[in-house]
Amino acid sequence: MLSPEATAKIEYELTKYPADQRQAAVMSALRIVQTERGWLSKESITEVAQYLRIPEIAAMEVASFYNMYDLTPVGKYKIAICTNISCMLRDSDVIVDHLKAKLGVDFNEVTPDGKFCLKEGECMGACGGAPLLIVNNHTMHEFLTPAKVDALLEELK
Amino acid sequence: MATQQTQAPVMTELAGQTLMALRTLTEDNPASLDTYIKLGGYSSLKRVVSEKTKATDIITAVKNSGLRGRGGAGFPTGLKWSFMPRYFDGVKYLVCNTDEGEPGTFKDRDIIRYNPHQLIEGMAIAAYTLGARVGYNYIHGEIWQDYEIFEAALQEAKAAGYLGENLFGTNFSFDLYAVHGYGAYICGEETALIESIEGKKGQPRFKPPFPASYGVFGKPTNVNNTESYASIPWILQHGGEAFAALGVPNSGGTKLFSVSGHVEKPGNYEVKMGMPFTELLALSGGIWKGRKLKAVIPGGPSTAVMPAEAILKATMDYDGLSKAGSSLGAGSMIVMDDTTCMVKTLQRLSYFFYEESCGQCTPCREGTGWVYRVITRIVNGQGKMEDLELLTSVSNNIAGRTICALGEAAATPVLSFIKHFRPEFEYYIQHGKSMVEGK
Repeated sequence: MLSPEATAKIEYELTKYPADQRQAAVMSALRIVQTERGWLSKESITEVAQYLRIPEIAAMEVASFYNMYDLTPVGKYKIAICTNISCMLRDSDVIVDHLKAKLGVDFNEVTPDGKFCLKEGECMGACGGAPLLIVNNHTMHEFLTPAKVDALLEELK
Repeated sequence: MATQQTQAPVMTELAGQTLMALRTLTEDNPASLDTYIKLGGYSSLKRVVSEKTKATDIITAVKNSGLRGRGGAGFPTGLKWSFMPRYFDGVKYLVCNTDEGEPGTFKDRDIIRYNPHQLIEGMAIAAYTLGARVGYNYIHGEIWQDYEIFEAALQEAKAAGYLGENLFGTNFSFDLYAVHGYGAYICGEETALIESIEGKKGQPRFKPPFPASYGVFGKPTNVNNTESYASIPWILQHGGEAFAALGVPNSGGTKLFSVSGHVEKPGNYEVKMGMPFTELLALSGGIWKGRKLKAVIPGGPSTAVMPAEAILKATMDYDGLSKAGSSLGAGSMIVMDDTTCMVKTLQRLSYFFYEESCGQCTPCREGTGWVYRVITRIVNGQGKMEDLELLTSVSNNIAGRTICALGEAAATPVLSFIKHFRPEFEYYIQHGKSMVEGK
């Protein structure tokens, strides 16, 4: 069952589209449910599809196409770090190595305590602040240094 | 008429910049409605709507401004607007493309977080001109905090009577909404973006029909880039000619350049079109760590890389960069110093296009992976000299054989890197290691 908070948010998104275009809200509905539950299980995707009265496959196609939707558990904090050209030129590899060593995981792995997951992201459209990462899809941290990463991980305890 | 110039436009100089799209940056609270109104904001919208300025007059002003699509294609905005059907029985849509995902591009982010009302006013004027009833601003999902700033600005504008029903007591109504992507570069392509607004996978549509006849929900739709819409209020406030005069022939106005990579002060710089590259480089603090310039990708990876000697002589405008062998693109300048390994840089770019290919067209889906694997083989010391011809051949067979421009975009870095830095690729193949390593 979607929570009342989630359905209220989805209803707000639906006001943006014509009444006969409920599928248009699937991008935000999946985002809302993922934010609440941490990741999108098959059941979550089905619930979103049922709520929007669209075929399950239509919701699944969207959930699997866009890379910010997580179809497997990502721990309490998903850290997505950009390694694309502008970040690479400003030594994102140093930050990646630091994160991997500090967390003891490789990309796409979750720490044994279930707290952190490290992902390699594609360009996040904020290259002036390179190197950078995003926590749980919605909070960006720019101009990273190993010291800044340490402070951030401390904060995310 | 709207474009009549009553007084000389005041341009704000911020450390050598000419602020037009980001004109609120000189103020303390740049994103607020009060700040924007203090600088004359929403006056153009109010005037054209209240005076019932003719749509054709506004389109003429936009044509005279020389404004060209700031998303990368450089198509004249006024001409694009004239493609929208004037008479249509039903809702027409307006779409803004704030889906920046091409590496090195981050200019529109600053418009929505520092000057959102200028974009809203520009879209409202466009909606009035084109008869659009509903608008969507599609924002890159990764810049979530900025999405929220824009949503707040929409509420502010609505409460103040600049969006919604019967604006300024006329029969003009316009609703504008923020919607978001969630991690797909391809959605920067306008028809993929439209599919995404409709709640589908972002796979580009065949064109024609173009969005002007078959866009969002199958209705006539005008799609422009954020910076393009944000230029409209200024053009109507000061006149198309004044806008054109800011730049150089064939490249009117100012341009936001996103400067990233090996410079001392990466960031966005809004300058007059036609500024020499060397001046823009100086504005961004020059090459970092006292090193030398090696190469620049001037407009995002879908534009050809330029060796130092070519870019150092170029001016930053459509003709200037095209004469110098590349193009302006979205103004996303990626700067590389002399320690950069071009083979590994190309490997990273080719991985990006492989990862982001939507998979719809075989040449792109298969070709981008093939290119990535061959370059990776070279980086791993297993390259063969004939790989360079193979890379060229595969790239040439992607470009022009796909529904959208991602095919060309993926081929351009490969072809231009090999063209300009061939000895570096040959060295890597012969020695199994980079020419610049250990520097």
